Amino acid sequence: MSPSLTPSELSRYSRHIMLPEMGVEGQQALKAASVLIVGAGGLGSPLCLYLAAAGIGTLGIIDNDTVDETNLQRQILYNMDDIGLSKVDCATSRLRKLNPYINIQPYHTALSSQNALDIIQPYDLVIDGTDNFPTRYLVNDACVLLNKPNVYGSIFRFEGQATVFNYSKGPCYRCLYPAPPPPGLVPSCAEGGVLGILPAIIASIQATEAIKIITGIGTTLTGRLLIYEALDMKFDELTIVRDQHCCLCGEQPTIKGLTNYQQFCGIADTPIDVTYGEIASQELKTLIDTNTAPTIIDVREPYEREICHIEGSQHIPMQQISNHLQEFDPNQELLFYCKLGGRSAKVCQLFTDNGYQRVTNLKGGIMAWANEIDTTLTQY
Amino acid sequence: MNITIRIPSPLRRFTEQAAQIELNANTVGEALMALNAQYPDLQTQLMDEQGKLRNFVNIFHNKIDIKQLQGMESTLDEGSELRIVPAIAGGKK
Repeated sequence: MSPSLTPSELSRYSRHIMLPEMGVEGQQALKAASVLIVGAGGLGSPLCLYLAAAGIGTLGIIDNDTVDETNLQRQILYNMDDIGLSKVDCATSRLRKLNPYINIQPYHTALSSQNALDIIQPYDLVIDGTDNFPTRYLVNDACVLLNKPNVYGSIFRFEGQATVFNYSKGPCYRCLYPAPPPPGLVPSCAEGGVLGILPAIIASIQATEAIKIITGIGTTLTGRLLIYEALDMKFDELTIVRDQHCCLCGEQPTIKGLTNYQQFCGIADTPIDVTYGEIASQELKTLIDTNTAPTIIDVREPYEREICHIEGSQHIPMQQISNHLQEFDPNQELLFYCKLGGRSAKVCQLFTDNGYQRVTNLKGGIMAWANEIDTTLTQY
Repeated sequence: MNITIRIPSPLRRFTEQAAQIELNANTVGEALMALNAQYPDLQTQLMDEQGKLRNFVNIFHNKIDIKQLQGMESTLDEGSELRIVPAIAGGKK
């Protein structure tokens, strides 16, 4: 039986209730519903705000991150006072102020193979607002195993995708993409950038789909992959179907439980053997102080260099580095750095692949340097 | 057949930032071969060593996944649109 609405709730949700498709019954269905939002970031922020405002009875929010200043360009749940604080705590307090009539269930953890089934089990529906392939496959697999609809959204630069997986005999994420790209092939939003408003568009579509599924109105995106292109301001829909040979939701599934998603996505649990050296900020500082430092090369983008750089370093952005290979003596000692050490590691690999033997990566990039050595640098 | 291939932004660094490429082909396979000949760096992004479409890339012909058609053998019409849709994961950070 659907929970009844109090006079305050009837008043609060009156603009919903007056919609003939929704009515009191629809609003009661929202109150009775429980939705888990995985990730309280770019997509998670508008999802939390709109679904809390809409009166979803129980809203679970899972994230183990803290608020960072670079989040504020698009993660509209947070403000300057929240920097450094737990996202889930900030979200919970903001949403309780927004709508005291609903239950917020915070989870201060990352969704993992160990906890996913227990966390998802009590919810009616899951919304995927994550930022990485391992968690996307984990959310998908757990939803199929528990038979929960998975409202999917993903963003990159100026483009977004949205659909509903595992609902009404439609496909799952593995039907569409049986395997993830190898690490490094597709840049993350942290590397590739994202228009701040883009997640709001995609998250609003996800929230709309969630409300339609809960109230049973309209036609959902199941079987249709919606592609949004902000630059051209185009929405396109592509037909997607359940793959009867899908290893998870097909007729003879081979996946019957959760697995190791880091491994599945090619991300090693232990560091793989690298062909170049790595040093920490403190070691580099010692080399600089004793005048024995190698040639230091910053491979970040020009705008990043304007934020901060290591004194005395040269600058060759990663995209242009292969054109400069010949300029270096193979016996020269080279040290590369970027923001966090990921891009410079790829550059180190490129140099060692081309026969350079004395190549070193700065572990943790300039952010580690800014934390440990030169705290006057602006972090970003 | 004159057709159009739409390139998603993650792959535009391999097509000199072109978002749309027009070329002449009769099948999806031919179109991809012509595209890869024009932009050789794109080939390893789309195909594995055996020349099979990678698992994290889908091609849609006039909005239908080519897996539901005849795959690489799917025939194109004048004005056909092919769309490359790779997996993207962003959302939180």
